[in-house]
Amino acid sequence: MGMTMAEKILAKHAGKDKVKAGDFVFAEVDLLLANDITGVLAIQEFEKLGAENVFDKDKITFIPDHFTPNKDILSAKQAKTLREFSRKHDLTHYYEVGRCGVEHVFLPEQGMVKPGDLVVGGDSHTCTYGGLGVFATGMGSTDLACAMATGRVWLKVPETLRFNMEGTPSKWAGGKDLILYILGQIGVDGARYKVMEIGGSAIESLSVEGRLTMANMAIEGGGKTALFKADDKAMEYLDGRVDNINEIEPVFSDKGCEYEKTYNYNVEGLEPLVALPHLPSNVKPVDEVEETVLDQVVIGSCTNGRIEDLREAHQIIKGEKADPNLRFIVIPGSQEVYKQALEEGLIADFIDAGAAFSTPTCGPCLGGHMGVLAPGEKALVTFNRNFIGRMGDPESLVYLSNPQVAAASAITGKISHPREVKPHVKG
Amino acid sequence: MSKDRTNNRAWTFGNDIDTDVIIAARYLSVEREELKKYVFCDYRPEFPRDVKEGDVIVAGRNFGCGSSREHAPLAIKEAGVKYVLAKSFARIFYRNAVNLGIYAVECSDKLDDVEEGDELEVNIREGKVYNKTKDFEIEATSYPPFMLEIVEAGGLVPYTRERILKNE
Repeated sequence: MGMTMAEKILAKHAGKDKVKAGDFVFAEVDLLLANDITGVLAIQEFEKLGAENVFDKDKITFIPDHFTPNKDILSAKQAKTLREFSRKHDLTHYYEVGRCGVEHVFLPEQGMVKPGDLVVGGDSHTCTYGGLGVFATGMGSTDLACAMATGRVWLKVPETLRFNMEGTPSKWAGGKDLILYILGQIGVDGARYKVMEIGGSAIESLSVEGRLTMANMAIEGGGKTALFKADDKAMEYLDGRVDNINEIEPVFSDKGCEYEKTYNYNVEGLEPLVALPHLPSNVKPVDEVEETVLDQVVIGSCTNGRIEDLREAHQIIKGEKADPNLRFIVIPGSQEVYKQALEEGLIADFIDAGAAFSTPTCGPCLGGHMGVLAPGEKALVTFNRNFIGRMGDPESLVYLSNPQVAAASAITGKISHPREVKPHVKG
Repeated sequence: MSKDRTNNRAWTFGNDIDTDVIIAARYLSVEREELKKYVFCDYRPEFPRDVKEGDVIVAGRNFGCGSSREHAPLAIKEAGVKYVLAKSFARIFYRNAVNLGIYAVECSDKLDDVEEGDELEVNIREGKVYNKTKDFEIEATSYPPFMLEIVEAGGLVPYTRERILKNE
């Protein structure tokens, strides 16, 4: 019996030839990650453990991105805790505001995660790196604290669900729509505890950015992680980012490996989707929710804050004006994305359209700062969650979409299909 | 009464109760001892006010979905709740609960028959929950021994520290 990608990666990191779903393993991690919220608890727990040193100063990264640039005194104290710990332990990968970005945008672009790696992070969207064939999963702070001391975590080897997506979606639809489609089919616990291995012709033609967007939302289906094959496109993305591309050993599922279940989807001509409040699985085609009047539109986050996302939104907003009755906010996912957008002239056009263009932060996505909602307000965002009160007041409403739909909706002031605004835009 | 039993009031919740509902992001920078003031505060404002030491949370499917924020089980623990019973749990929440020394217990569909305020007795070792108010029993999944050891030690940190001391 062959092994799945997930089984192979975990076997290798546990020093075993073979593992199977259901086994418990102790595995060595390649990289550990935490942010200014979860990192603080992890540091407190690490200190309770009585461990003197971290297991490896090159394999722990703290990224202050949630309440940063600090929104208040308490968040400044949290960021200070990360900073002081990182200096005390001489961590190689500590990055200050101004030199990083939203963690899950920043780490892949810096070449810090590689196909076949095992990465654990104090953030549920750590699964993003699965878009590059990394077994990456979110954990709590106590797990991280113990892993910071030992370099190892215990894991149950998960079952794998295989998703085959065939066909060519509409030019208005992308990775966000493919993952919303899956969530609409399986629900928010359809992949609970399991790996979502995603492939097929629709994925082969999808950009690496689109795959990272899809993997990012595996957790919204309850998944432990998503895994995409590291094909030529992935290697091209990594070339110039990782130190030695020739040392990468991508991992592929064996023919005849055991999937718990296989889903076959035909996504030919798939039109953009919107997730309605209050679950990411509450999915409808854009055409069915047009006329929903909006108070705010935000483009950004670890889901859709990459340069490709800003380019797609820019195609729609160029030469247009945002509806005067709403706030339009655009947040690049990292300093690199910010600079690229500046060089390509995107930022000037966003500003001309009436957008607030911000420094990278997770802020509004979790109702932290820079875009919190008042009671009764409706927002369409390119984020990953639309839970009750996610972006502010519990009576506010959050809708999720791809960047093109968000941009079109910013212009019309209500949820809109991008063809309404720019019918001739190239796919 | 053995140490893995409790008999207290049930608070009932539905399916897909997410971590933002358990503790909203705007409270993620307060001191850990303060978290209990805000647990479920938007969704069930009476919960932080009226919850008593030993009360039990009873929920449907996929309890704790969403964020990895350990503040969610920590807030529940700080509020005095040691047992969360659900038909199923989201993966990260489940793991975090065990790591903090809270019993997150998967139960059979019979859990649907528990009503708000019922008195429950939980017996982890036997994998049973007894509804004293309505006189019926609910099947619960028992813990693998090593997870039971972690919870009984008070969580992963005390468990790991004990092992370091014993040099295991």
